[in-house]
Amino acid sequence: MKLRAIAHSRSGDKGTIVNISLIVFDPRHYPFIVRHVTAARVKSHFADLATGDVLRYELPRIGALNFVVHGLAGGGVTRTLALDAHGKSLSSALLEMEIDESLLG
Amino acid sequence: MKTVRIGCGAGFAGDRIDAASILAARGELDYLVFECLAERTIALAQQAKVRDPHLGYDPLLAARMEAVLPLCRERGTTIVTNMGAANPSAAAVVVQNIARQLGLQGLTIAALTGDDVRSVVDRGDFTINETNQPVASLGDSLVSANAYIGAEGIRHALELGADVVIAGRAADPSLFVAPLSYELGWSLDDWNEVARATLVGHLLECAGQVTGGYFADPGYKDVAGLDDLGFPLAEVSERGPVVITKVAATGGHVTPATCKEQLLYEIHDPGAYFTPDTVANFSQVSIEPAGTDRVYVDGATGKPRPASLKVSLAYRDGFIGEGQISYAGSGAEHRARLAADIVVRRLTRLGVDTQEIRCDIIGVSALHGSLSKNDCEPYEVRLRVAARTKSLGAAQAVANEVESLYTNGPAGGGGATRTTREVLALASTFIPRELVHCDIHTVVA
Repeated sequence: MKLRAIAHSRSGDKGTIVNISLIVFDPRHYPFIVRHVTAARVKSHFADLATGDVLRYELPRIGALNFVVHGLAGGGVTRTLALDAHGKSLSSALLEMEIDESLLG
Repeated sequence: MKTVRIGCGAGFAGDRIDAASILAARGELDYLVFECLAERTIALAQQAKVRDPHLGYDPLLAARMEAVLPLCRERGTTIVTNMGAANPSAAAVVVQNIARQLGLQGLTIAALTGDDVRSVVDRGDFTINETNQPVASLGDSLVSANAYIGAEGIRHALELGADVVIAGRAADPSLFVAPLSYELGWSLDDWNEVARATLVGHLLECAGQVTGGYFADPGYKDVAGLDDLGFPLAEVSERGPVVITKVAATGGHVTPATCKEQLLYEIHDPGAYFTPDTVANFSQVSIEPAGTDRVYVDGATGKPRPASLKVSLAYRDGFIGEGQISYAGSGAEHRARLAADIVVRRLTRLGVDTQEIRCDIIGVSALHGSLSKNDCEPYEVRLRVAARTKSLGAAQAVANEVESLYTNGPAGGGGATRTTREVLALASTFIPRELVHCDIHTVVA
């Protein structure tokens, strides 16, 4: 199962830093993403696209996590050669992450 | 209890004018905000102003004003915008002339200047945040330096009775903080109220992004009527939750989910969102349904505003040349990869001076690189070759080599395109806020 089945996402950029939110459709799934979608896992998921740290912030009131991914390859929105200069499509990449359905509860 | 209705008629420079007209006509607004200034936009505007001192404001300023000014005058809606870009004073004259042509005598337009801190930066000893190099190291390549100014100047213009306030590089949420604090009698050092207004601004500033735009994912997140997407407005009272909604009988929808996505858009630490007006804490914000296309938002708090202002620096950083060409049918991806190899070898053989070359196969892995999963051969793909160069000539050579694949490359290439552009790169620095002096001058139609 992919994260897309239980959550939605939007990304935005500030230079070479991109943030990617992850918001559960059903608040009962919030503890699952807190436990299983860790900053370390997201860092390894994006290892080829970003080289820097990944920070994670928790927003339990709205059932959301916010990932801040540093060191986007290519030098940032204004000088990168990347087709998606802003990294706006990275939300879709996060939602591709495979999750273990049996742990959902 | 007083309630202010404030709407957003644009979330970027090229945004839809018809949606803004509908908002002005049917939103029963006290304030209509147009947020049209991305970081790079002001640098382009600065270059336009250098070429012609009467230009340097938003290219759609006149079209937008012609569409909404009569409606706003009729309803008594005040307009606040950063469409002044690099030249708010010239923009004010444009609006004055349009108001006269439309017979809107007496309309008062205020231009807010002072965000252009090029001379301060040139004289001072400031450090580039991203590189730790002195700003002076950018030398002649520096195109513009604009401080993100806060709500103070805009609010002052409102106190002077302006019907239209035109700023340059005001921070996006400040366009909302100024009118809300002015109308509701909030002091600009009441940090919790300023944070509340900042939250409203943050949710509205991208216009359609909170009403169902940039949201739809068929089968997972369906949104009806995106061809007629309505723009958002907020109902803000002295106390209690804010209501985020949109004009009735327009496309899109406002739901807790659309508001949650926008709450975190371009946010890093939700507990410390830095603006010129406050350091806002959005981490405890609650978002609850309040009826069809109505959402309650509450719970932002604020700390004192930062002592420094962020300055956006734009500088010339060489050129990018790009070419694209498509291949289809069996073996399309193989032919595209062969084509990429030919272009890279040709550029080496010709001695074209490139700093960096990137080849993407659009349809396979252009957006997510090695994350991409492809279980079967794509029917058609598009090769994209982009390179960074020091000279325009080298950038053109890159684009030419892709176009040359027509007659010199693999079989069946079609639809080649070529582009070259000068790169305006961005960096930032901080300057003490007391070095930034804002001025207001008003013109009357």
